[in-house]
Parts: sequence; C-alpha cells; structure tokens
Amino acid sequence: MRAERVIALAGNPNVGKSTIFNALTGLRQHTGNWPGKTVANARGSFTHQGRDYQLVDVPGCYSLLAHSAEEEVARDFLCFGGADAVLVVCDATCLERNLNLTLQILEVTNRVVVAVNLMDEARRKGLEVDLPLLSERLGVPVIGTAARGGEGLDQLLDALADVCDRPPRQAPAVDYPAYIEEAVARLEPSLEKLCQGKTLSTRWTALRLLEGEGTILRGVNAHLALDLSRQPEVEAALDKIFRAWAVRGMGRDAAGQAIATAVVRQGETLCRDVVRSRRARPDRLDRRLDRLFTSRWTGFPIMLLMLLGIFWLTIVGANYPSAVLSAWLFALEDGLANAFTALGIPGLVTDVLIHGGYKVMAWVVAVMLPPMAIFFPLFTLLEDFGYLPRVAFNLDRCFQASRACGKQALTMCMGIGCNAAGVTGCRIIDSARERLIAILTNTFMPCNGRYPTMISMIALFLAAGGAVGSFAGALMLVGVILLGVGMTLLVSRLLSATVLRGVPSSFTLELPPYRRPQVGKVIVRSVVDRTLRVLGRAVMTAAPAGVLIWICANVTVGGATVLAHITGFLEPLGRALGMDGVILTAFLLGLPANEIVVPIMVMAYLAQGSLVAMEGSALLAVFSANGWTWTTAVSVILFSLLHWPCATTCLTIRKETGSWRWTALAVAIPTVCGVVVCALFHLLCLALGWA
Amino acid sequence: MEGTRVLSDLRPGEGAVVCGLTGAGEVRRRLQDIGLIQGTAVVCLGTSPLGDPTAYRVRGAVMALRRKDAAGVEVAG
Repeated sequence: MRAERVIALAGNPNVGKSTIFNALTGLRQHTGNWPGKTVANARGSFTHQGRDYQLVDVPGCYSLLAHSAEEEVARDFLCFGGADAVLVVCDATCLERNLNLTLQILEVTNRVVVAVNLMDEARRKGLEVDLPLLSERLGVPVIGTAARGGEGLDQLLDALADVCDRPPRQAPAVDYPAYIEEAVARLEPSLEKLCQGKTLSTRWTALRLLEGEGTILRGVNAHLALDLSRQPEVEAALDKIFRAWAVRGMGRDAAGQAIATAVVRQGETLCRDVVRSRRARPDRLDRRLDRLFTSRWTGFPIMLLMLLGIFWLTIVGANYPSAVLSAWLFALEDGLANAFTALGIPGLVTDVLIHGGYKVMAWVVAVMLPPMAIFFPLFTLLEDFGYLPRVAFNLDRCFQASRACGKQALTMCMGIGCNAAGVTGCRIIDSARERLIAILTNTFMPCNGRYPTMISMIALFLAAGGAVGSFAGALMLVGVILLGVGMTLLVSRLLSATVLRGVPSSFTLELPPYRRPQVGKVIVRSVVDRTLRVLGRAVMTAAPAGVLIWICANVTVGGATVLAHITGFLEPLGRALGMDGVILTAFLLGLPANEIVVPIMVMAYLAQGSLVAMEGSALLAVFSANGWTWTTAVSVILFSLLHWPCATTCLTIRKETGSWRWTALAVAIPTVCGVVVCALFHLLCLALGWA
Repeated sequence: MEGTRVLSDLRPGEGAVVCGLTGAGEVRRRLQDIGLIQGTAVVCLGTSPLGDPTAYRVRGAVMALRRKDAAGVEVAG
C-alpha cells in the first residue's frame, strides 16, 4: 500500500479555492464570495488512478509574508508543511495580481500545479488567457478550470499526479537584482548543510535572511530547530554581505523592497501577452452594481432594505413549519414516554430523559429549524453574490472612528447567523488588537438563537398580526440590529481607549467581482452545512440543559423547588431591570442555548415540572397574568440583545483568544451593557408613568 | 512641475501611476502584496457613502484603501 499524498491547496482569497476543494473531495466546505472564508486548514481526501490523496485547503492569502492570523496558518503550511505538491488556484479575471503569490510559492517548491480558475467568468468578461504560454513561462503545468461547472478538474488531477511522480525541473522563478543574486549565492552553500534532510528551499531561506523579516525567520528557526542567523557560517556570510552593501550605500530595508518589487514585476512580465481583453472595460457591470450598492444616496437604503427583506421573509415563512414541527415532535414525546414505561424503565428515568432532555431538545428544534432554514439560504445567496464586502466598504468609516477594522462588519454579518461562527471568522482581521475588539463585541449581533425570543415578544406585545404586523415586526427587528450595531461601535471605541488602546492598522479590503449565485447549490449547501451544523450543536447542548432544568424544577429544598429558590433570589434584581426573577433565571438557564429562554419562563410561571409548549393567546395570557406589559417585553428584547454569549460562543472565544481573561471580559461587557440599558429603560418608564 | 500627489488625491474616474511608497514597513508591505509598486497603474473608482475608504482598480482587482493608507502612495499623471 502506497502512502497517501498530501496536496496543499493555496491561492489568493476569494478565487474559488473552496469550490475546487469541494469539487475534488466531495466534502462540503462552505464557500462564500468574500475574501477570507477558509479559517483553518480544512482537509478532505480523494482517490485518483488508484492512489489516495489528502487535500489541505490552506486559508487564502495575498503573499507568504504573513500579516493576519490566517495568513500565518497558510504560510506555515506552505513553507514547512512538507506537502507532496501545491495546487495554486488563480483567478483568471485578475491573473497578474494572483501571480505574485504563485511566484512566491514557486520559490518554496517546484512541485506546483497552477489552476487558472473562474475561466467561465473571464470568458463572460471577454478575457482570453493563453494557458500554454503561461505554463511555458512558469515551468509548471497550468490548467484552466471553471470549478463551479466542473470544467478542467480531470486535467487538474492528472497534472497533480504527474507533478508528484516527476517534479518539474525549473529555473528560479524570479530574477532579482544582481547584488541580491550574489548575496543569495554566497549564503546558499552554508544553508544547504543546515537544511539537509528538511523540506526547505535554500534559495527561499536565503532571501528571507536577507530581508530579515522577524516572524518568517522565527518560523524557519522553529522548523529547523536552530537559530539560523546565529549559526557561525551564516552569521559570517550575512555580516560580509551587509558590509559590502553598506559600502555601496544600500540597507537591508531597501533590499527587502527590491525583493518584493522584483516579484511583482516578474508577475507583470509573465502576464504580458498571456491575458488579452476583447473588451475595453471588462468589469462595467460590476462597477455599475458598485455604484448602486455603495453610492452616497442608495448605499445605505439598499442595505437596510435587504436586511428588512430577509427578516420579513424569515418571520413570515417560519410560522407555519414551526407549528407543524412542534406538534409533531411533542406528540412523539408521549409516544417515547409510553415506550419507556412499556419497557419497564423506572418512571424517574423517563421523566428526566424524556420530559427533561427530549422535550427541551424538541423545543429547540421546532423553534430554531424553520427560521434557520430560511435565514441561512437567503443570507448565503447575498454572500455568494458578493454583497457582503460592500457592506464592509460602506460601514468602514464607522469602524475607523471606533479605531477598529472595517472587516469587523463581515464578522458581524456572520454573527447574525451564529455568534460562535462570527468569533471564528474574526481571524480575517489582520491586527491582533482589532481582532480582539471584533471578538469581544460579536455577541452584540443577535444570533439565530435569539430571534425566536425577540420575534415572540414583538408578536405578542408590540405588533399586531397579519401582513402589516409581520412587516412592523421585521422593522422592529431591524431596529434591534441597528441598536446592536450602535453598541458594537460604542464598545469598540471604549475598548480602543482602554484595555485595547491603539490606532487602526492599515486596511485593505478587496471588493471581488459579483457572481451569479447558484441558487440550487446555495440552498442545499446552507441547509446541510450551516443549518444542520448549528442545529446539531444546539441539540447537543439543549439535551443536557433539559436534564438540568428538569432537576431544578423538580427537586425541592425546604418546601420549594430549586427553580423557585433561584427565581426568588433574582426577583429584586429582575424588578430593578424592568423584568422579574423568572425572566433572569430563564436567561441564566438559557446559557447553553438561547432558544430555550421563553419556554423556561413559561415552565417557571406555571410551576410545571417540564417545559410547556404554548403559542399565541395562551402564551400572552400566562405572561399577562404574571404582570407583563409591553415595557416588560421591550426589556426582555433589550436583555436578549445585551447579555452574556451562549456557552458555545464562550468556548469558541476561549479557543480563539487562548485566554480565560478575555473570555471573562467577553461575558462581562455585554452583561454590564444589558444591566445598564435595562435599568435606564426601567427608570425612564417609571418617570413617564409607563410602568 | 506640480507638487507630489498621493493616491488619496485622486478623484473618482481619475487614473495615475505609482511612483513610490512612503508608508511605514507593515503598511508598505501590505500595499506591495496587492501589487502596488513603482510603475503600477491605478484608477480611482469611487468612495464609500461616508467618504472613506475609497476603491481603486489595481492590476485588475478592486481594492478599498483608507485615506490614511492611500496617502502613503505617491503617484504621477
């Protein structure tokens, strides 16, 4: 049995890497039309000509000189990962820029296959790419692909197998100025000895030593397990080189610039005659759409309308399937309980597992699945189309004023789906400071788990039924999001002035070409990848939470249930915030999954032993009987927006920041905001005689 | 001979050629990565509704840069 071959999949952000990955491996990695989608090395495998391959999808990057956390992941794998071959994906509509990374990778290894992807888009824009000429100039196979339609993938696999079997002989990818070439030649002999047995190009290493770029050299040192520039031979050679340069009035900094410039120039030269345009302005439609989506008069109104449309469709569309699902799942509860009894399982076990765990799980599924199954596809369509980077472009000024990064807008969009996903997405932000700001404030974007609570509050107390009501409801929900955006900006600014002091770093945001969304694929993908994954996570946390909640509601201490003790204890605080002890308890017990907040309230009010499924007027009657008014509903909405992140998000924050202290801050910040805002609202209501 | 112009001086629709990068190391490297070096042709495409950042066409791609960063790119023409 021959060993599995490892292929690294590299490329600029947003060139269709993930699509190629999915097409080759059949594994559904989520793709979207905005830079920075792959947040860690995803792996998948495939077989070609009876041989096993493992494909590693490396995060997209513009160069191997890493800036952001995810670019570092990419660089480390490409430079030190020891892959058998690298598949570099380029965007045919913007080949020249893509060649910069391609050339840098060719300096690391000669086992490279270049896929010029998005050939279909290039053709539509009237661009022609001379692939044989490019292949001849680069010295490696170049295959034209249109991965979305499956075009060119077979040739790609053949070329990969070929490169693994017979690595192409290849001249240096980039010609540098003579003085740099001389220096490289001087360093290479000693490096050859030190790099023996390690997968590392001596030419590439020599160039990095000449540049003296800290983070890369640290990576090199870690890979070789020695301090390269402190090796006597290397140190002596470098010393000689730098002294010779100094005599001619040249510094290391200038050399670094010359090296970077030479690579870009080489790409420019290579591209000459390779790309021909049949039209004067191939991107005319894109620019027209940009004017529509980002101009002063239409940019923001369209943004708000899109948000409104998505919420309205979600609210209207989720009602019916939600009712059907809950009826079905709760009917199953009795069936399961009967089956347990018939099997002779003790009543207590049945109570805990079925009326505790299963019931909460069923509730979460019924409440969460329909809105997610509508929201995620709609959102994914926008993403596929390429609209999200325009949101970041429109809003960047606000983030600049908060001394944060405009790409935070993208992570917030992800947060609207799921905060845990949003927190992971923060890896696209280059500066560590700005990334932390984005992580700590992500929970100000209400996630899918919180809409059901907000929507039911709006429907019961604030907006009438019918088409007008659902539209008003969507409008209010947009208002809640805007409040969340405002809080995000405010808190980002405060963090920038206190614990995360600093000024914004440099900012480059690519506005990729618009793409026609593949509606069918988007729906399947977003349901399979996102909806089911988020749902799976919710179910995993909801079932144990259900057991815990059942225990709280059924174990009595001193004549009252544990739940009653907790609600009693929290009552004064709840009152001060315009709510009551039950509501606060529900939010506390809802830590594993925000969806179960409302059912816990109902359970506590009715002093039931398990969650109570209730809709519309019955629900309103229970709340009203416990002294709720519309101000209570507003307070609940506010607190739902502004409170601690759910358990999964907390764990994700811990993972992303590597620190419990930042995690604690991420819990404390929204909680304090919620307490303050709710207390102020309550005082306002008292002053105006509303409450 | 007019004074030195920088990228952020360009108006929408206006094109120019880069003559040098003056920014600090990190910013400069970022700009080089997207292909902004001496001799690169750039076109200013449009500005965000709030006035900053601005989108430029660089080597076939559209990149948005903040005014502060674009001010570190000297242009001619």
